Amino acid sequence: MRIPLSWLREYAQVPADASAEDVMAELVKVGLEEEDVHRPADEISGPIVVGQVLSIVKEEQTNGKTINWCQVRVVPEGQPQTLAFEGIDPSGVQGIICGAHNFVEGDKVVVTLPGAVLPGNFAISARKTYGHLSAGMIASSRELGIGDDHDGIIVLSRLGLDPEIGADAMELLGLYDQAAEINVTPDRSYAFSIRGVAREYAHATGTPYTDPASLVAVDAATAPGHEVKLSDAAGIYGKDGCDRFLTRKVTNVNPALPTPPWMASRLNLAGMRSISLVVDISNYVMLELGQPLHFYDADKLTGAITVRRANPDETLKTLDAKERKLHAEDLLITDESGAIGIAGVMGGSATEVSDATRTVLIEAAHFEPISIARSRRRHKLPSEASKRFERGVDWNIADVAAQRAVDLLVLLAGGTATTEITDEGTRPEAVVIDLPAGFASALIGIDYTEEQITWALGEIGATIENVAGGYRVTAPSWRPDLSTKQDLVEEIARLVGYHLIPATLPTAPPGRGLSRVQGQRRRVVAALADAGLTEVLSYPFVTKVQNNTFGAAEAGEVKAVKLNNPMSSEFGFMRTSILPGLLGIARRNHGRGFRDLALYEAGQVFLPGDTLGTATIPPLGARPSEEELEALYNGLPHQPTHIAAVLTGHDSPVAAAHTPRVYDWADALDAAKLVGDVLGVEVVVSQGSHQAFHPGRTAALALRNGTHVGYAGELHPKLLAELDLPERTVAMEINADELFEAAADVIVAKEISTFPISTQDVALVVDSSVVAAEVLETLREGAGELLEDLALFDVYSGTGIPEGKKSLAFGLRFRANDRTLTADEASEARAAAVALAADRFGAVQR
Amino acid sequence: MSEPTSPEMDANDAHAPVVPHPTDEAGIDIAVQAALAAFAAAQNLDELKAARLAHTGEKSPLSLANREIGRLDKSEKAVAGKLLGASRGRVNKALAGRTAVLEAEDAARILVEETVDVTAAPRRRRAGARHPLSTLQDRVSDIFVGMGWEIAEGPEIESEWFNFDALNFAPDHPAREMQDTFFIDPVDSHLLLRTHTSPVQVRSMLERELPIYVLCPGRVYRTDELDATHTPVFHQFEGLAIDRNLTMADLRGTLEHFARQMFGEDASIRLRPNFFPFTEPSAELDIWHPGAKGGPRWIEWGGCGMVNPNVLRAAGIDPEEYSGFAFGMGVERTLMFRNEVPDMHDMIEGDIRFSEHFGMEI
Repeated sequence: MRIPLSWLREYAQVPADASAEDVMAELVKVGLEEEDVHRPADEISGPIVVGQVLSIVKEEQTNGKTINWCQVRVVPEGQPQTLAFEGIDPSGVQGIICGAHNFVEGDKVVVTLPGAVLPGNFAISARKTYGHLSAGMIASSRELGIGDDHDGIIVLSRLGLDPEIGADAMELLGLYDQAAEINVTPDRSYAFSIRGVAREYAHATGTPYTDPASLVAVDAATAPGHEVKLSDAAGIYGKDGCDRFLTRKVTNVNPALPTPPWMASRLNLAGMRSISLVVDISNYVMLELGQPLHFYDADKLTGAITVRRANPDETLKTLDAKERKLHAEDLLITDESGAIGIAGVMGGSATEVSDATRTVLIEAAHFEPISIARSRRRHKLPSEASKRFERGVDWNIADVAAQRAVDLLVLLAGGTATTEITDEGTRPEAVVIDLPAGFASALIGIDYTEEQITWALGEIGATIENVAGGYRVTAPSWRPDLSTKQDLVEEIARLVGYHLIPATLPTAPPGRGLSRVQGQRRRVVAALADAGLTEVLSYPFVTKVQNNTFGAAEAGEVKAVKLNNPMSSEFGFMRTSILPGLLGIARRNHGRGFRDLALYEAGQVFLPGDTLGTATIPPLGARPSEEELEALYNGLPHQPTHIAAVLTGHDSPVAAAHTPRVYDWADALDAAKLVGDVLGVEVVVSQGSHQAFHPGRTAALALRNGTHVGYAGELHPKLLAELDLPERTVAMEINADELFEAAADVIVAKEISTFPISTQDVALVVDSSVVAAEVLETLREGAGELLEDLALFDVYSGTGIPEGKKSLAFGLRFRANDRTLTADEASEARAAAVALAADRFGAVQR
Repeated sequence: MSEPTSPEMDANDAHAPVVPHPTDEAGIDIAVQAALAAFAAAQNLDELKAARLAHTGEKSPLSLANREIGRLDKSEKAVAGKLLGASRGRVNKALAGRTAVLEAEDAARILVEETVDVTAAPRRRRAGARHPLSTLQDRVSDIFVGMGWEIAEGPEIESEWFNFDALNFAPDHPAREMQDTFFIDPVDSHLLLRTHTSPVQVRSMLERELPIYVLCPGRVYRTDELDATHTPVFHQFEGLAIDRNLTMADLRGTLEHFARQMFGEDASIRLRPNFFPFTEPSAELDIWHPGAKGGPRWIEWGGCGMVNPNVLRAAGIDPEEYSGFAFGMGVERTLMFRNEVPDMHDMIEGDIRFSEHFGMEI
């Protein structure tokens, strides 16, 4: 909401020298946030004066245009010229070339003299043009930045003005005025008016306030006016869409009269274009009092007005000349010809006021906010009217606002007021709230006095009655946001001042620290960083193809959550894997010249189940039943935390006397195993297969109990080529929640034997297809409990090994808890291990 | 300098050492002195080895003289034995002394020779890094855990009820639209990407025992185009306290304590009236940032207020018995003004330089 200061000054005591910034600094104290400043004088400067055209010589040009060579008096005859800019003639008469033709000799016009600067940093100087020295410009409203009218220059007499020659035209046109723009929160509908903001300014500064509504004397009705029927058969949530509909009629309006500059200037500063006097009056009253009005050309109406919901297939051509198909829920204003407006949103073009309108029918109504909000959304018609109605308009201002419009139409448009007034509907009851005496103090922590409470509530316009144990407060009609005692406490707190609230520190009960999973997650992400990987965070928006590629091991359609309104339709799905985002970030870093990358991300992935959401949701303000809550929980997709890593290039920077190692598939496995190590959970590796990975270099990752938890290995070369990523880039992705869950609550200590170790090596020749992990596990099993540990230390094929075979060399470490092992005992255990491997895989000792 | 010659060769040489008689005290002393001189003259362990062989080896005068003892008669044997024993003792002691000196010199020389240019050291281990948005969330969490609060988390795809209705956003209220929500397809599934971490507050109230003191950090979504100060995917931390007799003064005290932990003892906070459907009264929260770039100043930090009774009711909590406060701030925004991050793009693009600059700290 933009507040022209000149307007605010009419109802609040704003110091004469206060700037828009000063006003905003006051308003922010009571919760109206500062947004912007609008000050024409920042973009425009004088000398811009009133001039009188003494003579016009029409000169035809070779290009076919006719220009006017004008002599314009800018200083009253007999007075000295006091302006001293270069190009200003001491005689007080300027020669000016003008291309417009909408004026005659004797007209008073706005002259921008040499030295003036117009919006767009357009400096005026005396310059040679069309064979003359044109010493200034006769200005149009467009050139001054105050209107769109480019049909011609401003002729002051047509604005009803007859100022002195030489008078400051900026003053005359309201160009020294400025507006403070504030951000109005959705609860404060009343602040969408000068009336409401002036009241807030008075609260903030403790200065007197004049309610503009109190200055309007409402005419008594002498007879019923235009027939109006309120006939809402289908109110939303059972509420009537319209509880008040008032009409006034003004006859003999002269639509050709101009909007006076003071009104045009205020509308302009408030962010609304000046359109025509009649339309401007409607907007002016809305801005001043917060009541949207609609003006009909009374001669275009057909019979009685009925307010009702739309019929099937009903249409309306709205003021913006668009034919709109109406919805059964739209509240309409109709006459006997059909729809003439969507209530509170936009009127129809058929009954619009125009240049020919002589009789205006004013509508001042009060509509139900939800109905207006839905129609506005449905028709995508955000208007100044709907903005106010859907936030809630004063339910007791319609007669005042209509009267104000009548008065202005009489005053400025030559109209004649009539007192046949229609006022249909039932006004709602005022909201009464019980405020217990100590409640405000208990909620805020300040001991408010009775005086402070009654003062603050009185300030906002409430009436207060002392009752046993507290106050009975009647909320003012313009504050539909006030309905609970907490609402009243906010009013008391903000008017007395938030800055007075003291600081006390409440004591929480003994806490339990981070939860088990929170601790686990922290250790894992820290360990990966410790291991040399860099954490990044990617957007979880992915394409269908990305989900289909990374979200499942085999090709096919992957079930994923689709966004209804994505930022880009391509990236319209929620990720089922972290890898697409992580690879995108790898690509970006690679493109920025970083060839060695080790990246990881921990975050949620989104895996929809069989049910998606709920058909309905419980109402607000009450705890849902257990069944309803259950349904809400069950409707959510599964959202486990995944951890993914991508590695490419070298493990360390190139340096003197150092050969960095190239990352390979084993590094991806290592990252996954590290996550397990940190948690004390074994990650079991087996040969795996996943469409995004190299078919021969993929590990399937599982828990000891067989639960699959992810994949690691080299990415598929074809995929890497498509993604424009380096060959041999490796990756892993693991479901961290499964690992968190699998971790032991309490780790039981292992007995540490101090007896000597006995080490034995064994090399086994097996078929190439046999995987090392299985041989290793078999040896472990066969060796029995004397085996402390074993490791694969060599894989060999080639000379000495038959075709199709490979040699696996293992180091076995034997140790007993209670004695020193003899060489025979160790050899026996080793032999048993080899025997089992021979049995399972036909392994032959080399 | 000539190569040290072997004693074997010397035996047939014209300069072969003169073997003194085992009782020839003067002769043996000459041999001893010759040995001591040779040891002292040895400049390295190789030279010393040659001197050792020449003066203590089998063919050295003293060894040869010693061998002669067997041939002496009994009275001479004792004299010669004593003389040669003492003499060889002196020689061996000198040898040991010189050996120790030369070995020490040698070790020192090797160390000098092994000098490297430490400034040319390679980095063999890549230093990893956390993302500062994660580190900052951890840090904030730790501050509240230190106050006895707990950390609560929840899903990013959330039911509309948890995100709006439970928080007192009326179905058609403009405040609901101001949240610029991503909805899940189909919209009648009533699912969305949570627009704030407040749904976690509701979950906490439904699931936890009273009193409740929780901090809810996490990722949230709004349909804002990415620019220097906006991103559709961002992070928040929100706090919620529900207890008997909590006041707005408690809210202020909590925020002030937190602000000082984050921005130093000179930090303070300011509350300005504002509107949120889920709190009443509500306030905008400004922080006095003593270390702000360009000098200390007030910076808009977040929103807060006393929990709206309708929110308590949605969780089955009696608003006549319990009251509560809540607050929320943006992690990105906090990082921007606390750590002087000039542009949102830096936080979301994943450029490794951004994370690596912070390392494991914030």
